[in-house]
Amino acid sequence: MTIALSILVDGVAYGMILFMISVGLSVTMGLMRIVNLAHGGFALLGGAFAHVLTVWYSVPFIAALAISVTAVTFLAIPLERLVYRRIYRFGELEQVLATIGIVFVVIAGVNLFLGSTLLPIRMPPEVSSPVDIGFKVLPLHRIIVILAGLAVVAALYLLVEQTRFGIYLRAAVDNQDTAASLGINTSKVYLAAFALGAALAAIGGILGAELLPIEAYYPLRYMVLFLIVVAVGGLGSIVGSFLAALSLGILDTAGRYLLPDMGTIFFFLAITALLAVRPNGLLVKPS
Amino acid sequence: MSRESTIDNVRTSLPIAKTHWPLVFLTLGACAAFLLFPYDLGFMTRILIMMVFVISFDLILGYAGIATLGHAAMYGCGAYAAGLFAVHISPDPLLGLASGAAMGALIAFVSGLLLMRAHGLSLLMLSIAVTMVLQEIASKARDVTGGADGLTGISMGPILGVFEFDFIGKTAYWYAFCALFVILALLRILVASPFGLALRGIKDSSSRMRAIGTPVYWRKVTAYVIAGAIAGIAGALSAQITSLVSVEVFNFALSAEVMVMLVLGGSGRLYGALIGTLVFMTVHHVAASIDPFNWLFAIGFMVLGIVFFLPDGLISLPKRIRRMIGAVR
Repeated sequence: MTIALSILVDGVAYGMILFMISVGLSVTMGLMRIVNLAHGGFALLGGAFAHVLTVWYSVPFIAALAISVTAVTFLAIPLERLVYRRIYRFGELEQVLATIGIVFVVIAGVNLFLGSTLLPIRMPPEVSSPVDIGFKVLPLHRIIVILAGLAVVAALYLLVEQTRFGIYLRAAVDNQDTAASLGINTSKVYLAAFALGAALAAIGGILGAELLPIEAYYPLRYMVLFLIVVAVGGLGSIVGSFLAALSLGILDTAGRYLLPDMGTIFFFLAITALLAVRPNGLLVKPS
Repeated sequence: MSRESTIDNVRTSLPIAKTHWPLVFLTLGACAAFLLFPYDLGFMTRILIMMVFVISFDLILGYAGIATLGHAAMYGCGAYAAGLFAVHISPDPLLGLASGAAMGALIAFVSGLLLMRAHGLSLLMLSIAVTMVLQEIASKARDVTGGADGLTGISMGPILGVFEFDFIGKTAYWYAFCALFVILALLRILVASPFGLALRGIKDSSSRMRAIGTPVYWRKVTAYVIAGAIAGIAGALSAQITSLVSVEVFNFALSAEVMVMLVLGGSGRLYGALIGTLVFMTVHHVAASIDPFNWLFAIGFMVLGIVFFLPDGLISLPKRIRRMIGAVR
């Protein structure tokens, strides 16, 4: 029973991190129809900024989080305008290569300035203190991560379902040509979605640093994980990404707890089986 | 016009079937490199092995248009098969190559039955997942593979019972060269055959190929198995020559680099794969020896430069330059 609860809590916290990092990837991949292997780079950059701010300059964690996420967002905007704009028009293979090239450059950049060691992010000491929630004692960090994840889901839901931008976004995901012919400025929608995705990835990278440690090779090491969330959730589906991230988080955690030797094999076999049956993701039936 | 003569017409109109220059250049280049850089034989042998690996990827990506990020799966299985074969069964190198090829083909067939049904992102993900599973198995099955420490104790007998492997690596160099030469020659025949033409057709329009009666799925599986056998040979060569197999043979980076090397040279031409491998490995080697920490910049910018400015690879460079000169005139 305790094991089941531990799996559930750790798995849900892990899933929330996966969701925050991957949801932007899912939306941009669904929207622009591109295969983007470089998305983890935003999580790495967010984590790297937060490391520099909290460890080198002793900036309080919350302020560091805000500054890092803003910085990543403002890096993402010119990147979208100057580089990604051209990648949208490429074929699938060229997209894979171009974004791998970007990953290499980001890794080399972080490696140049910060080296290839672990980049810890200093959090307030209360964060790692245990909290009794009645039936189980948890580190506060897990609770913060889960609450932050839920807040992101709620905010995204409101944004996509209730605002004009959400309507534009859904229209562009469904059919960008029709959306453009109806007068929606799809180019601006792309930019906003890309920047939002980068910001969420940065938040996920910083909050998830305890589970997915920040270091220069981060985007390459966890790239497969983020892409699998998108592939399982279905391109462009926020609900799909959420369900996929949660179930993959729980599945992976369960595998590690119950089958410590075979955990990863079990995880990837499950993914393989799922993608073989549902090549377009959990929620989309094969056409 | 009968079917046979149509195919003959198409075949002779393809640029690749006409000349034997790639094979001649390869031989001359290998001889020149052997004489010019006698102290870099180990590195040059690695280039030759990677060339075998990259041309196998050209068959599926360049000809059949199947983009995967898991080609290391077959390379790794070939390496482990050849390594284990040498340790437990026989030190004969050629039999070892055959075992590597058989293992590469087997794993390609089993995974290909699933992979060749998928497209786009799920194909990329599935091919990565297959490689990950194999890597985990290799690192967990410590009794068989040596786990994270790698498989050691591989000792090779003389090739054909005559040519002993020497310390400088001369035998290894020519051994890898001969393997590459034979595979390149066979692949050139294969891609000019009706089967090769069918693959090109599938790449251009699989629905039209299906409409004229080609069993598209099985053609793709067959191509994947052949490419898997060749990738297995490449892995076997590396296991035999370095006498070591580590779980890193299944690294994602290897699958990604193969794709980079192929597109760098230019896909769908076979010799483009050779040029791309040569340039990539040389740049990698030089950049890593100049700056062991930041060589990844060189690779990253090289990849971006190719994709943005020379999307058809280095082999399109002469045509580009000619067109530029023509435009200036």
